[in-house]
Amino acid sequence: MSDTAAPRGKPPIFSKQNLVYQVYRFKNKPEIIIGVLCLAFLSFVVLVPLIQIIKDAFTFQSYDLAYQPDGEVGAFTLFHFDRVFNQPISRALFVKPLINSLKMGFAVTLIAIVVGSSLAWLMVRTNVHFKGVFGAMLVFPYMMPSWVMALAWLSLFKNDRIGGSEGLLTYLTGVQVPDWVAYGYVPIVFTLAMHYYAYTYLLISGALATVDSELEEAGATCGLGKWKRIRIITMPLLMPALGSAVVLTFIRILGTFGTPALLGLPVRFFTFSTQIYASINARNQGDAYVLALVLIVLAISFIWINSRIIGVRKSYVTMTGKGFRKREGDLGKWRWPATIIVILFLCMTVVMPLLLLLWESLTLIPGNYSLSNLTTYFWSGQGNVQLAYGEPGVIHNKGILGALGNSVKLGFMAALFNGALGLLVGYAVVRGRGAKLARWLEGIAFAPYIFPSIALGAIYIGMFSTSIGPIPALYGTFTILVLITVIKNLPFTSRTGIAAMLQIHQSLEETARVQGIGWFRRMFRIIVPLSMSGLVAGMLLTFITAMRELSLIILLISPGNMVLTGVIFGYQEQDMAQHSSAVTLMLVLIIITISVIVRLLSRGAGVGRLNAT
Amino acid sequence: MKQIKLSGIVKSYGKEVVVKNLDLTVEPGEFLTILGPSGCGKTTTLRMIAGLEEPDEGLIELGDRTVFSRNEGIILPPEMRGLGLIFQSYALWPHMTVAKNITLALKEQRLSKSDIEARLANALKLVQLEGYAKRYPSELSGGQQQRVAVARLIALRPSFLLMDEPLSNLDAKLRTEMRASLKRLHRDLEATTVYVTHDQIEALTLSDRVIIMNEGRIMQEGTPFEIYHHPANLFVAEFIGDPGINLFTGIVSDGALDCGDVTIPLPEALAKRGGKLVAAIRPEKLLVSNEAKSGWVEVKTEILQPTGADTILQVKAGETTMTLLQSGFITLAEGTSLWIDFDPEALSFFDPETQENLRDG
Repeated sequence: MSDTAAPRGKPPIFSKQNLVYQVYRFKNKPEIIIGVLCLAFLSFVVLVPLIQIIKDAFTFQSYDLAYQPDGEVGAFTLFHFDRVFNQPISRALFVKPLINSLKMGFAVTLIAIVVGSSLAWLMVRTNVHFKGVFGAMLVFPYMMPSWVMALAWLSLFKNDRIGGSEGLLTYLTGVQVPDWVAYGYVPIVFTLAMHYYAYTYLLISGALATVDSELEEAGATCGLGKWKRIRIITMPLLMPALGSAVVLTFIRILGTFGTPALLGLPVRFFTFSTQIYASINARNQGDAYVLALVLIVLAISFIWINSRIIGVRKSYVTMTGKGFRKREGDLGKWRWPATIIVILFLCMTVVMPLLLLLWESLTLIPGNYSLSNLTTYFWSGQGNVQLAYGEPGVIHNKGILGALGNSVKLGFMAALFNGALGLLVGYAVVRGRGAKLARWLEGIAFAPYIFPSIALGAIYIGMFSTSIGPIPALYGTFTILVLITVIKNLPFTSRTGIAAMLQIHQSLEETARVQGIGWFRRMFRIIVPLSMSGLVAGMLLTFITAMRELSLIILLISPGNMVLTGVIFGYQEQDMAQHSSAVTLMLVLIIITISVIVRLLSRGAGVGRLNAT
Repeated sequence: MKQIKLSGIVKSYGKEVVVKNLDLTVEPGEFLTILGPSGCGKTTTLRMIAGLEEPDEGLIELGDRTVFSRNEGIILPPEMRGLGLIFQSYALWPHMTVAKNITLALKEQRLSKSDIEARLANALKLVQLEGYAKRYPSELSGGQQQRVAVARLIALRPSFLLMDEPLSNLDAKLRTEMRASLKRLHRDLEATTVYVTHDQIEALTLSDRVIIMNEGRIMQEGTPFEIYHHPANLFVAEFIGDPGINLFTGIVSDGALDCGDVTIPLPEALAKRGGKLVAAIRPEKLLVSNEAKSGWVEVKTEILQPTGADTILQVKAGETTMTLLQSGFITLAEGTSLWIDFDPEALSFFDPETQENLRDG
């Protein structure tokens, strides 16, 4: 074998040959190019805003002059931290919201976990009746905005405290509902728990379905009793799912805005989210930034503590592919009672709230629930100066219809961008497995998960209120809503993308490569069609999330980019219950229609699993 | 000139060096098999030729084109190398019909429509899948899927053909059939072929030349006959052959190899050498008799495995176990006495230190 041009060894690092080689090498690896681009983009929209608000929190701002006229704008300052943590105002600004948020977070999480896992156990492991219908209905709350229950609660229990009309209960009995039932901690916890149980339910039922009953039966043959089997075998296997349910619920509660605002603000019950909102409305952005940072730190430490307790074993592979059996325990004489309990529960969490909202939207004079007071004015009225400040009914209301258009547009665009981004991130992560780039990308795509919604909103105000280089100020634009929705949903869609890519064996792409087929063609002829089913389900899910989102965008909406959830919140603030109820119902109806499509499209894929983190 | 030439190829993943300074030439039109246990670097070598992996160092030439040269800064992506590659998993695109699977790459080459049609029809005819053009891969059997993968390459007409364990997903019966069709593919395309496998039967039956790799190094290269009958070292001797070769370690004394229970005759050159030696003989080369013969070693049968045409016998001489391969369907009670002897022509001897072959029988 004769050697041509000295095949052995490497050229020096700074030689022309090496440089040419490295450039070509880079060019040959589309996953690296895409990975670098995604990483750059995500750093810009996730890390830069975070750094920006940290910087802003430590910088003296022009709006601080109201408190410290001698301050120098732009200088380093601890003023905001001093205000939030150290001054007398700190009690109202920080301590009380902190206590309230934690109290709320723990209580809701606890109730949601208990209720959600009990339901999951009933549905997966027992012979309770009507499983099909229950299965579909139990995830309904997941499709509705989290504050629908709160609106319904107000329809039922509202008292005369904040003026305006009273709720159904007062109308029927004449009794004034005490404040603690109508507003504040108790109803907030209750209504949120009745929404967030759905997350636990989805996660645990998914996990339970993968625990082979034979494992438990093996325990029985070792002489373990029923409860011991659950404690020693089933529970540890469910721990990872339970852990993610706890984290997911807790972080969402910390960041949730709608319910604490609707039920808490009338009695000045502030949580972190409503306090951030109030601070921004009062033009004290500095306070809001500090609070948002605290919220993020809180979320991170919660994730950390949780992972320490659950341990590093992330998931047990219990799916063996064969010999897998799910056995339904017989409830015996408890079969019907259990079924009835589930029916009652569904009436309370799904049927009643929607019926109450429907009724509310059909009453002419608020607070009068008699049949003679029914009207379709708030749905189809042309506008009458004597009613509701002359606001026309839903189908003639330009504001509402415009917001509806915006919501749908937001949903579509977020879904589209999310799908594309999820696919690219998935491609770069899966094809680049093992490399640092892939790990960083996976990490940063997951980062928005740890930002409670309201905090992410606050970060985006800080970042995009002025122009950055070629990017104009985005505050108040529709673009910023799309951007933040895409980013917030990225942890889920990038997982969908990764899962979809993992299912496409790399030889399918390599064989195309070797046959001379270029990257774009490979992408559009092979990768995209093969990952479509998973992606579409994920995208429609983003669509739903975007349509019902309030906490994330409440700080960013303005008349120029109003969406339906914002409209509802606005009506509620003005005590226009019929309008807010009607619009909410319309929103829920649209979301449920779309969800039916999701279910049909994703059939076997399982919407729940896509969400499980 | 459709030669494939690799020189000085080094490849490592992290700290683990999987291919160590490999030199390899595949002559035009040759069918070369790289054979080795899993993790020996054979698939990595194939993927480096295809361009799916980058060597750390070295030079790869396909015909008169340099497709990779670390020193000259040349690295051509797989799509520009003009190869055909058959994967273990067939790698058919599940969402495309057979016809689309075959024609996708042709369309990329902007061939005329009639040309594409003609190539498609011809390819399907050669693999006997006429009438299957509209089917999806999931509607085909394993063997048919494999044939579609072959048809895809026939239509593409590459000058270089790479195959990565293409038969290991098939059941035993189909394998024999597909071996023939792969051989035909090689012949029809007249392509320079590199075939990677861990299955020695595939290697021995298909190849013009076999390369045995272990731990990133070439252990031996030669024709199937040479590899089987003249293993260059103990690794090759043990790796090739099923049932495996019989090895006897002993000390040279009185012009023979004393292995305790058996004594093996030595050629003169080795008899003078002294010290330790390893003798090797293939199971079918041991002489066997069921009657006592003078000078033969008596053995007792332990386990018999008739495979139909042949029978594998495990026998024991004292504490030494050895394997015999006899034709015919043999049934004997356990513990039956047999007598064996060593054919001096069939024996190989190895140095236990260097593992190298000292003399072939």
